[in-house]
Amino acid sequence: MTLLDVKALTKNFGGLTAVSNVTMHLDNNELVALIGPNGAGKTTLFNLLTGVIIPSEGTVSLQTEHGLQVLNKQKPYKIAAAGMARTFQNIRLFKDLTVEENVLIAMTDKNKEGFVESIFRLPSFYRKEAALHQQVVELLSIFKMENQLETLARNLPYGAQRRLEIVRALATKPQILFLDEPAAGMNPEETADLTRLIQQIQSEFHITVLLIEHDMSLVMNLAERIYVLEYGKLIAEGTPKEIQSNQRVINAYLGGGD
Amino acid sequence: MQTVLQQLVNGLSLGSIYALLALGYTMVYGIIKLINFAHGDIYMLGAFWGYYVINQWHFSFWPALLSAMVFCALAGVVIEYLAYRPLRNSPRIAALITAIGVSFLLENGMSYLFSSNVRNFPQAMAVKSYNFLGVKISNIQILILVVSIVLMILLQLIIRRTKMGKAMRAVSVDPDAAQLIGINIDRTISFTFALGSALAGAAGVLIGLYYNSIDPLMGMTPGIKAFVAAVLGGIGLIPGAALGGFVIGLLETATQALGFSAFKDAVVYVVLIIILLVRPAGILGKNIKEKV
Amino acid sequence: MKKNLKYNAIWLAIAILGYVLIYALEMVGVIDQFGETTLVLIGINIILATSLNLVIGFAGQFSLGHAGFMALGAYSSALVTSVIPTVGGFLIGLLVGILVAGLVALIVGIPTLRLNGDYLAIATMGAAEIIRIILNNLKVTNGPAGLYNIPMLANWGTVYILVVITTLIIVNFVHSRNGRAVMSVREDEIAAESIGINTTKYKIIAFVLGAAIASIGGALHANYIQTINPSDFGIMESINILIIVVLGGIGSITGTFVAAFVLGLLDMVLQNFGTLRMVLYSLALILIMVFKPSGLLGTWEFSVRRLFNHKKAKGDA
Repeated sequence: MTLLDVKALTKNFGGLTAVSNVTMHLDNNELVALIGPNGAGKTTLFNLLTGVIIPSEGTVSLQTEHGLQVLNKQKPYKIAAAGMARTFQNIRLFKDLTVEENVLIAMTDKNKEGFVESIFRLPSFYRKEAALHQQVVELLSIFKMENQLETLARNLPYGAQRRLEIVRALATKPQILFLDEPAAGMNPEETADLTRLIQQIQSEFHITVLLIEHDMSLVMNLAERIYVLEYGKLIAEGTPKEIQSNQRVINAYLGGGD
Repeated sequence: MQTVLQQLVNGLSLGSIYALLALGYTMVYGIIKLINFAHGDIYMLGAFWGYYVINQWHFSFWPALLSAMVFCALAGVVIEYLAYRPLRNSPRIAALITAIGVSFLLENGMSYLFSSNVRNFPQAMAVKSYNFLGVKISNIQILILVVSIVLMILLQLIIRRTKMGKAMRAVSVDPDAAQLIGINIDRTISFTFALGSALAGAAGVLIGLYYNSIDPLMGMTPGIKAFVAAVLGGIGLIPGAALGGFVIGLLETATQALGFSAFKDAVVYVVLIIILLVRPAGILGKNIKEKV
Repeated sequence: MKKNLKYNAIWLAIAILGYVLIYALEMVGVIDQFGETTLVLIGINIILATSLNLVIGFAGQFSLGHAGFMALGAYSSALVTSVIPTVGGFLIGLLVGILVAGLVALIVGIPTLRLNGDYLAIATMGAAEIIRIILNNLKVTNGPAGLYNIPMLANWGTVYILVVITTLIIVNFVHSRNGRAVMSVREDEIAAESIGINTTKYKIIAFVLGAAIASIGGALHANYIQTINPSDFGIMESINILIIVVLGGIGSITGTFVAAFVLGLLDMVLQNFGTLRMVLYSLALILIMVFKPSGLLGTWEFSVRRLFNHKKAKGDA
């Protein structure tokens, strides 16, 4: 079943068309990769899908429990609430807050603590906080970070920061998770760990994952389907096998061809 | 029509003083992102210097103006060196508080040393009034306008044509890159303070001559107004500061002429807020979006 | 749960102990009238500065117009208590001030909180000046002459209790769902939006709460000093509050307390220096900032819980 439907999405920056007429879809519980040479517009496409940038033309619609919801021109926080969460290429954690706080903030919507009960520290406040704490610990333990609850995000090692960002996104209970170069800056061992982790997330949380990645071994291992972007246009779509033998894709990467 | 023209003349004279001050704010902000709260007090120092040299050393107007500019340039450089340079890599708000401290120090230090009395600025030149089609304009108003405009053109030339000016622009865009290509950051910042403070010194002498009264706290209100002018025009931009200064001068005189002098500052702030809401980076400013 | 009760009980004990201590010192005459006034002013400054710290330190929004909200609280309470000069009147005055300041903060905040950094600072400064100029020209506020003979309905005890209550509100707010969301706005607005935080809403919540609490400081000022006029609430007052926040350490409530005390005592000592007082004050300010740019305490916070865990850890070792 189609979960996310993107139709003719276009973004112009002045005279430059960064993303041009992109039509794509994501199905339920699917792991899709978005690849393309540097500057192809992959991150811009992510920003369009998650509302950071408003598209010039086209529509993005998501199948939610309330039916099909058109998401473009919505504020990013509304898009997140509708069930789309993301990570960032250049890691955007809440650096001066603890690991636990980073995850708790992502649960703000699900947290029903009232203003009065938290100001007066009523027993119900402590109950709700304890329940949330439990959820945070459970979530973090999947990523083996449950012992770092009190660590400031800025003091985490690089790989752990990337993992925390994924945890934070998952804490919003998304339907779709967008990962922007999750393996950037990781060594092969860390990348292998990450590959297993992404698979685990997808199966355990039953969510759809769209990831941008330059590490081809990771992409070919993980992705069920691949979209290839070049100069803002989709030039190919298919299984890893099909993509590997696609002449246009090879040309795009090697700079040859037409 | 006559009243409108008359107010236009008055507004432009006042506006050019604000513009001179606003230029200093905007240059310093452009280069080290500091709201130099003490800038209005440099202008006060300029006025006091003028007062002193005209009375004691019997300087005429031009030497008084030039020496005040030199004196204020030195004062600006010293203040930057002692108070701001140690905080160059600190949180910006710490530098702001230091600037406020320097402002307090100058105001209260001057009050302590020379008493806080208001005093009459010596008449360095006889006031003459001319009538142009029924509009009264004094030689001092003409002088203020001409001097301000000449100084602004000079400043523009320095920034556009000289090596130091190029260095200033480079540092304001990207200090690290500027350093990499061999620009001496410290010297460039000192130079910026010197330029801005010299303009403030000139404004101080001019306002002394115009309003004929000076006191140690005279820099507070015009200082804040000039900063508002710089923000209004688009902070960091030289033409923006000049434009903002004139806009505020004209606004103030216009409100006064319409009989709302009690609300003249309120009008300035209302216009400021409206402009910021419509153009968050000021009239001439460009909005830069954060890259994700 | 039991642990939480224990920590809260310790905080309560500290608060009561402080009250008893001041009371005792006053009884034996260590704190005279002058000392009491100093303490009251420090207390009012704590209320003003902690509420500004909520906006600047926790929400990360640079507001330079706090004195405007203080003014609204002061005038509301002064006007109400001049009609109803009782404790009940003071409470109504407080409430009116909170509502007025909160409402004005909402009106000012919704458009201006879209601005960033120094632009926001200058816009809020402008808003506060507009408030002051309006107070300066209204009949009911008696224009530039201001209000006098305001009934003295606040003493050091009132101030003490309100310091405790407002601090409790701010600290508990920060460590709750809403407070954490507010901090995420300070840390990274784009990331916060990406996980469903309506950043505009939380900025406004912090701004309105800060303004409401500042109005309490204003009301205490009016009903203790007994005279107010618009010039008490100018840019300089906003700056004085800002100085306390930055000096203590942005984002540290403990630091705000320390800075309010340090500056209050410094001011008391400097009274003897006459005109030299402000010169020394400004020198002290510059020197502290040059040598301690992150404020006296940085972001350090006193915590009973940590104190206990620390002791326990030591005991275990």
